[in-house]
Amino acid sequence: MSESPSPTDASVSSGASTPTTSLDAPTQDTLTIAGRRMRSRLLLGTGGFPSLELLAEAIAVSECELVTVALRRVDPSARGSLTDVIADAGVELLPNTAGCMTARDAVITARLAREAFDTDWIKLEVIGDEDTLLPDTPELLRAAEELVDEGFVVLPYTTDDPVLARRLANVGCAAVMPLGSPIGSGMGIRNPYNITLIREAVEIPVVLDAGVGTASDAALAMELGCDAVMAASSISRAQDPVAMARAMRAAVEAGHLARGAGRIPRRLYATASTPEQGLPEFGS
Amino acid sequence: MITLNGKCSDVAAGETLVAVLARLGLQADAPGVAVAVDDEVVPRAAWASFAVGEDARVEVLTAMQGG
Repeated sequence: MSESPSPTDASVSSGASTPTTSLDAPTQDTLTIAGRRMRSRLLLGTGGFPSLELLAEAIAVSECELVTVALRRVDPSARGSLTDVIADAGVELLPNTAGCMTARDAVITARLAREAFDTDWIKLEVIGDEDTLLPDTPELLRAAEELVDEGFVVLPYTTDDPVLARRLANVGCAAVMPLGSPIGSGMGIRNPYNITLIREAVEIPVVLDAGVGTASDAALAMELGCDAVMAASSISRAQDPVAMARAMRAAVEAGHLARGAGRIPRRLYATASTPEQGLPEFGS
Repeated sequence: MITLNGKCSDVAAGETLVAVLARLGLQADAPGVAVAVDDEVVPRAAWASFAVGEDARVEVLTAMQGG
């Protein structure tokens, strides 16, 4: 009875892709998506930063190598260039299809992003509900299939459904990006069991996307076996975005190391860490 | 009437996309920009020769903070 796992334990079962991180050789451990190797396991969303200066600083301290951007109508009065900030930071740009609510709109947006930024990579978002911003999953799968056929490297923002994740992997997506909770909600990972199941369901990288509120959420994602974490609002809307970027970087690294280290099982009762052997007896 | 980024415009049928871009203050070689006419992407290489048709819907897009 003392072996019963706690009902909050979603990390009891480890997937086939347990990372092989070693403190001796941290630089050997890289994230590979569609053949691109990255040292950082933190992806940064650029939305919500109060200024491009703060964004640039957050990119630097987060040590991320991939940042998302949206595609919107040119605003002749806009000041500063987002693409210049990203180029100066020396990081790669990952365009998204944010705001699209049909497969058709998402596919057109992806084609435009390819033309604008000269990249085949696309973070695919097809939103089905304006209040929750949850994915429209039939449209998502349709768009993913079409974009893969057109040669895109597709990273779909998806629900935390392991069956859908497998379907997305089967049509040729380069990674899956399940949500922890709704975009910008800061509610963390509401169903850690499903994230564990997704990790076991697919061979491609799993990037926890959406819902991260603070550093411990990012660490948990990595402990559950995610290959990376995408953070946007949790950093850009923090009281001190640059300090939070630093915290997220450390949390992702800590969670990844802990996953590789292998946590102890959860037990209902104590297990003494000090041996009983040699314990003196005193008169009573 | 030609629609440019969702607004009625005084772009005349027959103008090239390079001329349309100039109205938005963009050079023909503007980086990080993509153009769709009636939901079809027009490749950068075709901007100088592509003439906008009657009642065309032109979208000129670029990177914005997001995601």
